[in-house]
Amino acid sequence: MPPQKYKVTYIEDTGKSHTVEVAEGWSLMEGAVKHLVPGIDADCGGACACATCQVYVAPEWQDKLPPKGEMEDTMLDFAPDTRPSSRLSCQIRMSPALDGIVLNLPKSQH
Amino acid sequence: MPENIVIIGAGQAGQQAVQSLRSEGFKGAITMVGDEDYPPYQRPPLSKAYLLGSFERPRLFLKPDSFYAEAGCELLLSTSAKAIHRADRTVELTDGRLLAYDKLLLATGARVRKLKCPGADLPGIHYLKTIADVDGLQAVFQAGKRIAIVGGGYIGLEVAAVGAKRGLDVTVFEAMDRLMARAVSPQLSAFYAAEHEKAGVKLKLNTGVEGFEGGAKVERIKAGGQTYEADIVLVGIGVIPCQELAEAAGLACTDGIVVDQNARTSDPHIWSAGDCTRHTGREGQEIRLECVQNAIDQAKHAALSMTGKPKTYSEVPWFWSDQYDLKLQIAGLARPTDRLVQRGEPASRKFAVFHLRDGVVAAVEAVNAAPEYLVGKKMIAEGKRVAAETLADTAIPMKQMG
Repeated sequence: MPPQKYKVTYIEDTGKSHTVEVAEGWSLMEGAVKHLVPGIDADCGGACACATCQVYVAPEWQDKLPPKGEMEDTMLDFAPDTRPSSRLSCQIRMSPALDGIVLNLPKSQH
Repeated sequence: MPENIVIIGAGQAGQQAVQSLRSEGFKGAITMVGDEDYPPYQRPPLSKAYLLGSFERPRLFLKPDSFYAEAGCELLLSTSAKAIHRADRTVELTDGRLLAYDKLLLATGARVRKLKCPGADLPGIHYLKTIADVDGLQAVFQAGKRIAIVGGGYIGLEVAAVGAKRGLDVTVFEAMDRLMARAVSPQLSAFYAAEHEKAGVKLKLNTGVEGFEGGAKVERIKAGGQTYEADIVLVGIGVIPCQELAEAAGLACTDGIVVDQNARTSDPHIWSAGDCTRHTGREGQEIRLECVQNAIDQAKHAALSMTGKPKTYSEVPWFWSDQYDLKLQIAGLARPTDRLVQRGEPASRKFAVFHLRDGVVAAVEAVNAAPEYLVGKKMIAEGKRVAAETLADTAIPMKQMG
């Protein structure tokens, strides 16, 4: 049975919005890359090694996310233009609880 | 008339070049030729999550198929190039077709180095470079099987870690006196040796392979004067740059296609990027880098140069390896003469080794230590001078040093 898919909205720095469907278990980074959403580089392909897949999570969704791992937390410490709502999208897996999540993208990942 | 770009090689560098050529405003036709059956995919997970079975094949692909259509890139898969005719500016394919180019990018990558000892062609001896390789290995990679891994480098050790996790009986044969000798400091080698042994992996260092024996398939490996039984053999002894096309066309090649700091070869109409190249590194040394970083950054620089906006390639190389729950992150290129400074205790499974050269941070190896890796990488890029005592003092946060 193919995995269930849920909606994610990625909003570019320019305001352009992309609502796409992401399979359960896939990372929100993979969801963006798979649907050609610009603004997520993901150089390392999701190994939490490059910090080029940063997103800003809309306030109403922040509590629904699993807490940051130590590696993600420290990678974000050194990423450009971070905010309290910053997460690395490669570390967040799609789940039913995240159906409809809204993510804002930074101007640049470098 | 708009120009026509041909890319030979459909891997990470080729894909990045398509993306960067379009983002730099290239409007002409792009054709990408790849000899595998798949569009460009990530190789790093092959020896890690993909082999473990926790990462399905569709997730390997760098871009969805629609990317190439939308980018106006014709993708010729399962197709090989036979020759480059520089005078005519055409690429001849093995099926006889000719592709005309105004500019050509060679992103041909590397192929595995093969063992040449007796019995090396027996069935059951695997290499790991492509999806097809892993699928072949996967079919026999089962709990209880005895796997002999030849080569204690990244590939061999990542497979060893997955094998131990999956319940295989794993033995690693390494000709040198320590693991990952080409890539990491002796401290790291010792730490990883202990971790693998803790996981039940048997390590045979200083043990060169002499040959294999078996009937219908490999059954025994002969190494260090002894014979060991094995159900599966996996060989990971490095790669060789795919430079034959370039060489036959008369381009400068020296263990890699020689390119300048704009990724341009000795022919002004031909560029090259990724594992297949040799270039002058940021420290002035001639290097061949086999890593995602170089594939991405060199392809970006090739695209910049091809679109008339050349920029010198001087990015700091970075690498990573996942073994067990250990994330190894490395930035910069170490030399044996560097002064090594350890930060943190290996026993805590979270530490780093900095390499100082004339007092300047030249490389960092970080195990489960993202701050050390990230700040270290920045220090390398800036040529930062830091006192060894400061680096070693874990009471001083890395952030304060950056």
